[in-house]
Amino acid sequence: MKLVKTLLASSALTVTASAVSAQDMANEMTLVSWGGAYQASQVKAYVEPYLEMHPEVSVTWDESSAEAVAKLRAMNEAGNVTWDLVDAVASDSMRLCDEGLAEELNHDEDLAAAPDGTSASEDFGDLLVSDCFVPQIVYSTTFGYRTDMVGDTPPSSVCDVFDLEKYPGKRALQKRPIDNMEWALYCDGVAKDEIYDVLGTDEGVARGLAKLDTIKDQVVWWTAGAETPQLLADGEVVMGSTFNGRLFSAIAEQNQPIGMLWDMQSFDLDGWVVPAGLPEDRKARVMDFLKFATDTQRLADQAAYISYGPARKSSAPLVGKHAELGIDMAPHMPTDPANSGNVHVYDYEWWADNRDDLNAKFEAWLAK
Amino acid sequence: MSDMTDTSGPVLAADGTPLKRSLAKALRRQKLRALMLIAPLLLFILVSFILPIGDMLYRSVENKIVVNTLPRSVEALSGWDADSGELPDEAVFAAMAADLQEAYEARAHTRVGSRLNYEYPGISSVFRKSGRSAGRFDLESGGPWKEVLIDLDDGWADPGVWRTIQTYSPPVTSGYFLNAVDMRVGSDGAEMRPEAERIYMNLLVRTLWMSLLITFSCIVLAYPVAWLLANLPTRQANLLMILVLLPFWTSLLVRTSAWKILLQQQGVINDILVWIGLVDDNARLIIINNQFGTIVAMTHILLPFMILPMYSVMQTIPPSYLRAAKSLGATDWTAFWRVYFPQTIPGIGAGSILVFILAIGYYITPALVGGTKGTFISNQIAFHISTSLNWGLASALGAILLAVVLVLYWAYDKIVGIDNVKLG
Amino acid sequence: MADAASNDGFVVFDRVQKSYDGETLVVKDLNLSVAKGEFLTMLGPSGSGKTTCLMMLAGFETATHGDIRLGGQPINNIPPHKRGIGMVFQNYALFPHMTIAENLSFPLEVRKIGKSDREAKIKRALDMVEMGDFGGRRPAQLSGGQQQRVALARALVFEPELVLMDEPLGALDKQLREKMQFEITHLAHELGITTVYVTHDQTEALTMSDNVAVFDDGRIQQLAPPDQLYERPENSFVAQFIGENNTLEGVVTEINGDKCIVKLDDGEIIDATPINVNKVGDRTIVSIRPERVEYNKERLQEGVHTLKAEVLEFIYMGDIFRTRLRVAGNDEFIIKTRNAPDVERLTPGQQIEIGWLPSDCRALDA
Repeated sequence: MKLVKTLLASSALTVTASAVSAQDMANEMTLVSWGGAYQASQVKAYVEPYLEMHPEVSVTWDESSAEAVAKLRAMNEAGNVTWDLVDAVASDSMRLCDEGLAEELNHDEDLAAAPDGTSASEDFGDLLVSDCFVPQIVYSTTFGYRTDMVGDTPPSSVCDVFDLEKYPGKRALQKRPIDNMEWALYCDGVAKDEIYDVLGTDEGVARGLAKLDTIKDQVVWWTAGAETPQLLADGEVVMGSTFNGRLFSAIAEQNQPIGMLWDMQSFDLDGWVVPAGLPEDRKARVMDFLKFATDTQRLADQAAYISYGPARKSSAPLVGKHAELGIDMAPHMPTDPANSGNVHVYDYEWWADNRDDLNAKFEAWLAK
Repeated sequence: MSDMTDTSGPVLAADGTPLKRSLAKALRRQKLRALMLIAPLLLFILVSFILPIGDMLYRSVENKIVVNTLPRSVEALSGWDADSGELPDEAVFAAMAADLQEAYEARAHTRVGSRLNYEYPGISSVFRKSGRSAGRFDLESGGPWKEVLIDLDDGWADPGVWRTIQTYSPPVTSGYFLNAVDMRVGSDGAEMRPEAERIYMNLLVRTLWMSLLITFSCIVLAYPVAWLLANLPTRQANLLMILVLLPFWTSLLVRTSAWKILLQQQGVINDILVWIGLVDDNARLIIINNQFGTIVAMTHILLPFMILPMYSVMQTIPPSYLRAAKSLGATDWTAFWRVYFPQTIPGIGAGSILVFILAIGYYITPALVGGTKGTFISNQIAFHISTSLNWGLASALGAILLAVVLVLYWAYDKIVGIDNVKLG
Repeated sequence: MADAASNDGFVVFDRVQKSYDGETLVVKDLNLSVAKGEFLTMLGPSGSGKTTCLMMLAGFETATHGDIRLGGQPINNIPPHKRGIGMVFQNYALFPHMTIAENLSFPLEVRKIGKSDREAKIKRALDMVEMGDFGGRRPAQLSGGQQQRVALARALVFEPELVLMDEPLGALDKQLREKMQFEITHLAHELGITTVYVTHDQTEALTMSDNVAVFDDGRIQQLAPPDQLYERPENSFVAQFIGENNTLEGVVTEINGDKCIVKLDDGEIIDATPINVNKVGDRTIVSIRPERVEYNKERLQEGVHTLKAEVLEFIYMGDIFRTRLRVAGNDEFIIKTRNAPDVERLTPGQQIEIGWLPSDCRALDA
């Protein structure tokens, strides 16, 4: 199978090479993403349009983004990188970049400028958290709640998650320390800008876990993003955290009685990474695709399929209505001013240092 | 025989060569041919089975990254007394500066940082932050390196960082294994980790105990089914066999999710219990996201692996044994217990070994229905492989799991006898 | 003994019927009585109902209709383990996971017999079948004949009054089989045990039994001691089934007390003894054993009809000669002659004349 593919690719290569000697581009691309609705939005917004422009290209998907770093590292060790473009969260992209597993990019040269001529690096701004990373979306991990199970006063603060008296019932939280520890300390009275200082001490960790202890009996821990919307829909939990896009589709597309709690939503980025050391022809194809897929219009288009904020400033005004439901997408974006009054930006650096340690403590606490 | 050879010399073959040599030659040729026949299989086993296990064992102790990435510093640090409480001298810092520059060019500085971060949280960022600037160091004229490095990141002023580098500089480490049994290298040798960080031993015990429970419930459920399969008329038996194999045709995730729908508090089983009135609506049973959920779902998933070997063994037991026992005066129960059951033990043994070994390696199902108390050590292995990327620790955990399985296998051999295992 | 279903038998089948599917009867109206100490063999082709009868007696099958009595007590509703009947199975059914001694100990243990008693009984039983040294072995380590002896010992060790054997020698080679036939008969008579033995091998039935019940089509065709069965079969099935037999078909032309004249289909006339022909004009099959046919003219009885025959084949078998003839259109007519110095060796193509004593030639149902 693989052999056939390689043979086809190389024969295709010789054909194109003799036809257009200036631009040697492979006609096969393996894209790595998350599957589900998010991958579907990528297909609609820029993969299909690109393939229409370049009918000779074929795309293979690999839904391995959750293990992107592990797999890329293994491929690199084996000397056989089969991926061409990888969708990864910001922290993973930094790791890949640091380890030399991802290609360092020159954002202004490799990416399209905004329609008004603003350079790419300026258009993306702070979101270019790593030299290897091309952000696509801003998403957040935040809470949804059952509108019919919270009485007349729906929760308005993330600390309501910790208030079992006001909102009895089960809560769904992600089975990892990231975000949960920050929310716990915040609701235990730690000021937002001091959270990581406190969390850096043993007492701070104990304090965060003690706060989580108060609701531990009532927590359903999730590992896959689809779990919380399902648990909410089944009435298994009264509120739960997940990615905001998942909650949007449960509310808008499936009409579930679910409300959004945007307070202290945890921002994160997701974007493209090009594996290091690709052969020239494959790299040329990927860079061509990348330039197209991350331009202002394409990122705005993506927002018509899923409620994640486009990473370019210039895309924001172009965000329109949902492609099928026809509702205005802007109010559902985590970046919308009405939603981003109190946000939490998690510290990649701090977690890179402390994840292993805190994870051990968190797991030990869970098992208690 | 004695009259065949009139001399005391060796027996000769027809062509005059000694018979022994001639026989050995013939046998060698036979053995070689046999070896050639199984060579592809042997190669396959080697590549797909032995090598990965060897690689795993190697990774669980391998620690070359420190000495390979920081060769000068490791050498310079050998003279430093970590217990002195003082920072190493300028020579060490200079060596580190040179190592860092080289490491940055090879993009290896964060890897060694991550490696050391497993042992000492915070080192990761010391290396990451210093790396970039180290690329611009002028090793000839720069310095003094102590000030330069501490200026870049005050982590270099922490003797703990240097102690960690020194402790984990040998190319072979017991660190991963110690970590895997909730220990660590302290100031005076190995010591237990603080209570709040102990995970793996508990998980290991839990994994083994729950796998035993799963194996046991598989035996209890599979036995009657296998008996029916072996004793029903062919038509019904075939139908039943299809039902037994049906779960293999559905994806593991679908089966596990189905259990969620059945077992959750607003799920089918609770709904029925509430509807019948057995359970109050406010006191719905918690039968998922705990150990019970894991045991139920895994028993279901692994049941065919118990039924099939039991069935194939039961099929070979003729009904005349039971009749003989009854004719000898045994009641139905005695006939079953003393005559039929002992003959099915090889099938139970084979099924149990299969189910148990599969159970301790499962991680998808426990992760989905196990909550916090029903997850296995394999979940941690998966976590370290794909998320934390601590492959050394994952390998050590895997090696321990492998050792435990081998010990249990040995114990089984001692108690029941491995000859007493049949797949049919 | 011949009057079946008399009530004084030790084992009695009284109008027993058995059907598996509710449509056909496998056993039809069976009446049988076995006296205490008797060795009875149920003989018949497969599917004749003999094994079903044995299984009903053992309790593994229930009678659809009728009574089975053991020692005067109806046992229809007694489960097999309470019947106290020893049984030897076709493939011995020795428990493979137990040693020989444990196999023998099993029936004693379930009867809660004390350890020392058990050991004494096991030793006695094993000695009886000359297997005393094998107590510690497992069945798989024994030869077929040895397993057979152990199976016998196990069926006898708890001293049952009745032993059932279901084709126990079927798996043995000829020589061993003959040896075991002899040993089983001896043992059974020595111990005075009532034995019901099932086989489809007529030689076995003849050599071992006091009485043989020949089964066919769910009925007992004849119940008689071996010599009677062989020499005086009561119907053509029994005549055919037991031993070698020549048959000729014809019509009865004259009955005169214990003699009759039969006109064969090709017109020849022979003398016979009427068995179950009733009147002149009945069609009949006459049956004559090969060894009772005489072709030496000097030995032929005076005044008896003879038949012309042509020799087709002469087979030298050592102790006997076996000759195939064409007689009255039958190409498979066999005669057996003892290899004696004065006996003429026939050659194919030779025309001879054959005859027999009318008492050896039985006119049976057609």
